[in-house]
Amino acid sequence: NYKLTINKWYIVLCCGVVLLTMTVFSGYFSHSTDFEVHRNWLAITHSLPVSKWYHENTSEWTLDYPPLFAWFEYSLSHVAQHFDKEMLVVQNLLYTSPATILFQRLSVIVTDIVFIYAVKECCRSVREEKGSKDLLGHPFFILAALLLWNFGLLIVDHIHFQYNGFLFGILLLSVARHLQGRHLEGALLFTVLLNLKHIYLYIAPAYGIFLLRSYCFTEDNTDGSVRWSSFSPVRLVALGSIVISVGALSFGPFIAMGQLPQVLSRLFPFKRGLCHAYWAPNVWALYNMVDKALSVLGVRLKLLDVAKLPKASMTGGLVQEFQHSILPSVSPSITLICTLLSIMVMLSIWCRPRGARGFLRCLVVCALGSFMFGWHVHEKAILMAILPFSILAVESREDAGIFLMLTTTGHYSLFPLLFTAAELPIKVLLMLLFTLYSFTSLKKLFRGSLLNPLETTYLLGLVAVEILCEVVYPLSPWQHTMPFVPLLVTSVYCSLGVCYSFIRLYVSLLRQHGTDKHKQL
Amino acid sequence: MENWSLVSICVLFGLTARWAVSLNSYSGAGKPPMFGDYEAQRHWQEVTYNLPVHEWYFNTTDNNLNYWGLDYPPLTAYHSLLCAHVAKLINPDWVELHASRGHESYGHKLFMRATVLVADLLIYIPAVVLYSFYLSEGSNKKKVFLCILLYPGLILIDYGHFQYNSISLGLALWGVVVLGLGWDVLGSLAFVLSLNYKQMELYHSLPFFCYLLGKCFKQGLAGRGLFLLVKIAVTVLVTFALCWLPFLSDPGQILQVVHRLFPVGRGLFEDKVANTWCSLNVLIKIKTILSTDTQLYISLTTTLLAILPSSIKLLMKPTLWQFKLALVNSSLAFFLFSFQVHEKSILLPALPVCLLLNDLPLPAIWFLQASTFSMLPLFLKDGLLVPYVVTSLAFLFFSIYLLSALEHCSEDKLRLGPYRRLLICIVRRYGYLSNCINKDHFYFSITAMAGLSFMSVALAPPAQLPDLFPLLVSVFSYLHFLGLLLYFNIVQIAEPPQSVRKNQKKSN
Repeated sequence: NYKLTINKWYIVLCCGVVLLTMTVFSGYFSHSTDFEVHRNWLAITHSLPVSKWYHENTSEWTLDYPPLFAWFEYSLSHVAQHFDKEMLVVQNLLYTSPATILFQRLSVIVTDIVFIYAVKECCRSVREEKGSKDLLGHPFFILAALLLWNFGLLIVDHIHFQYNGFLFGILLLSVARHLQGRHLEGALLFTVLLNLKHIYLYIAPAYGIFLLRSYCFTEDNTDGSVRWSSFSPVRLVALGSIVISVGALSFGPFIAMGQLPQVLSRLFPFKRGLCHAYWAPNVWALYNMVDKALSVLGVRLKLLDVAKLPKASMTGGLVQEFQHSILPSVSPSITLICTLLSIMVMLSIWCRPRGARGFLRCLVVCALGSFMFGWHVHEKAILMAILPFSILAVESREDAGIFLMLTTTGHYSLFPLLFTAAELPIKVLLMLLFTLYSFTSLKKLFRGSLLNPLETTYLLGLVAVEILCEVVYPLSPWQHTMPFVPLLVTSVYCSLGVCYSFIRLYVSLLRQHGTDKHKQL
Repeated sequence: MENWSLVSICVLFGLTARWAVSLNSYSGAGKPPMFGDYEAQRHWQEVTYNLPVHEWYFNTTDNNLNYWGLDYPPLTAYHSLLCAHVAKLINPDWVELHASRGHESYGHKLFMRATVLVADLLIYIPAVVLYSFYLSEGSNKKKVFLCILLYPGLILIDYGHFQYNSISLGLALWGVVVLGLGWDVLGSLAFVLSLNYKQMELYHSLPFFCYLLGKCFKQGLAGRGLFLLVKIAVTVLVTFALCWLPFLSDPGQILQVVHRLFPVGRGLFEDKVANTWCSLNVLIKIKTILSTDTQLYISLTTTLLAILPSSIKLLMKPTLWQFKLALVNSSLAFFLFSFQVHEKSILLPALPVCLLLNDLPLPAIWFLQASTFSMLPLFLKDGLLVPYVVTSLAFLFFSIYLLSALEHCSEDKLRLGPYRRLLICIVRRYGYLSNCINKDHFYFSITAMAGLSFMSVALAPPAQLPDLFPLLVSVFSYLHFLGLLLYFNIVQIAEPPQSVRKNQKKSN
């Protein structure tokens, strides 16, 4: 009976979110660039032979996802032709029609089924506290709500337009399989995911180390360190064959056609700058800001000559990339080294594997580390840390605190994605809905406050930032001379919170490591 | 979880749905020369802002009453004036006299939508919160609250079509809530305000009157009852006087306003309304056969006959439960039988039916769904098909699932027990009515509504019957309304004079 009620509430959550998204898109006929990106990919995969997919460049939005995603678009295009054939013509740049938009919106909602299933699997593998009576305060329910109603996913997928629900569904399903001890399935799902969207390479180290350590070595010594003699070559071969066969299936045809370099050059364009047009709230946003502040200060104090400074192209509504004037410029290799250093802590699961949960924690560190230090990071990438972190948040009090900090700032940093006045109420309402729920439910779950006064003040500061950036500033005269300030303030303020959460997460991981050692002594 | 956070989550959910609907088109968008209700509201802002009060309701060179002349009571006019002042601050073009006629722009649409949201947030939603948490019984408070908030009819008309029903209905609901909490004077004040916002609130006036009078009777007309009656009467008169203050100096003004509020000349009904006259018109062309006066008398008589039983019962037994039922019965009877009814007036019975969601889930959901369905032709005209489908699905799903409506259709749950006992010895065969409201019929009716909706959208009507689908929709909804009017009347009237449940309620 209890299971039945839980299932009932799960259905309520799912249908609620589906209906809400449908209501939202019903009136929503404006479209973002990602709309055109995906329409173009539909057209490319539908009307061109496979050999042309990665060569086609009529539109500036060339196909830059791995082959499995191209096949996914290919299969979608067969449904799309029943809605509107015109959208499948490569030359129809910026083509929109009600049927096209309806199809694209619906395709996101329908492929979300994967996500809904994955969330259910995750919730089933959450540790239950005994004696919880209130259904709505049950970790199962809270986790389901946190994942299904995730603000970031809602706006990025259903308002902005992307297929993240589908992709994160596969990721979460793979995580759930690891939690359930079905490692081969988990590995298979992750490999498929990598071949759908290569951004998940960022978290591949966590997978690699975990599978090697906890799956290929079957036994530990009594102190938890690896017992080298227990290495199982069969398991390694099984893993290897999964990875290679999926890779062959996806990249094989292109290797056969000799197009591999072309495909790779599309997948990894290093022509872009350090930061995206709108700075993702990471270390580099702070770095840029410090550089800017120093140069302004230098000019004021007459230590620097204005004419000699590189021109910062901070015009228009967006903060464009610019040359650092005081601090040394950052090259891709430096970001790579920083990222690798930041995720070194993962090696702790090599010394002391803490099961699938330790792996999950490492996955989050990986995702967040690469977000913090990566090259040309998009603000949307924060979801890669937030969604898996939700699972940890309902299990431990400390994680819940970090989670609240990270999600609230991370979600707020997505606000610039939706910038028209009509979208303002939607994003504010949805954000409030999610934030209010996550705070009250986690607070109830762990019976007590999860944040200290400083953190609370910081989060309340977000309200001030929002009012300043979207209400006060547009009315002020600076709106015309310096339109980029709101975005700058948002990304710098948010990056403080994200950095703080990252440090706290890091410390908690190290501390756990320390206590383990302590116990051992 | 604490109550307040759940309430805020429900409110946020409701608001998100509302704003999402409001991104859609509105009535008369891009359809000159007359546009629609959106332009009417904008035009009233223009008129009230630029003209002196005594010209508002008169046809002058600056105020062409044939172009959306003001035909709502003074509070609407004041509200328009208030909005106009805000509009003037943002963009003076929006309320420019003459020049702004037919003004449509992205910014203006946002502004208008925002005024609806603000009014809703200030008036309607707090009333719903108070009602669901103080006046509904049982453990379902939050669920009932969510379902009332999600009622699609009101959302679609206010945020899609464009009107301010949440103000008049919200004020009426404030009246019900305050009366239910025992403050009779404040309750009558709230209702008078609502009546002065929209004259259609007259549909609700008789139950308010009977409830308060019944209460006075109960306390004894010689002593405290008389005192209460005087207090209420004074409140009503003073509130009316205050609302009409600018017009009181000249009797001609009052007459003109009243004449604008009740345009008798506009005929028995307009368009396709799911009421008796429009449905009867299919069989007998009453609109053409009978003279306007006869039509007026017939509709007046039938309306009075239809509301009489419930009013008398309420007068004799002024409890909150009876009051809610009487509100349904009276407003529904008005909708079905009175003169010059609009299809949007179905919202007036829908409000008290929302209040019954907790007590009689299945009939209430059925009625609310039918009421939304009855406005389908209007929604199609305004281009609100997708929001209509989605919000209806959401409402049906949430209300049926959360309130377990389909499991509560035994005779006792439907409050038909007393009726059965009453009738069993007299006319045995009429007992079948209690079997009418059941799961299968509900499913059948919902399927039929879905089918008719689909046909209205997808099929072209035959050439000689261009109005076939709107007519089918309205007749089909009419049958529902008639059956449910009968049902709600039976529930109200068959309630035994003394019941245990009511005593409990009073002690609260």
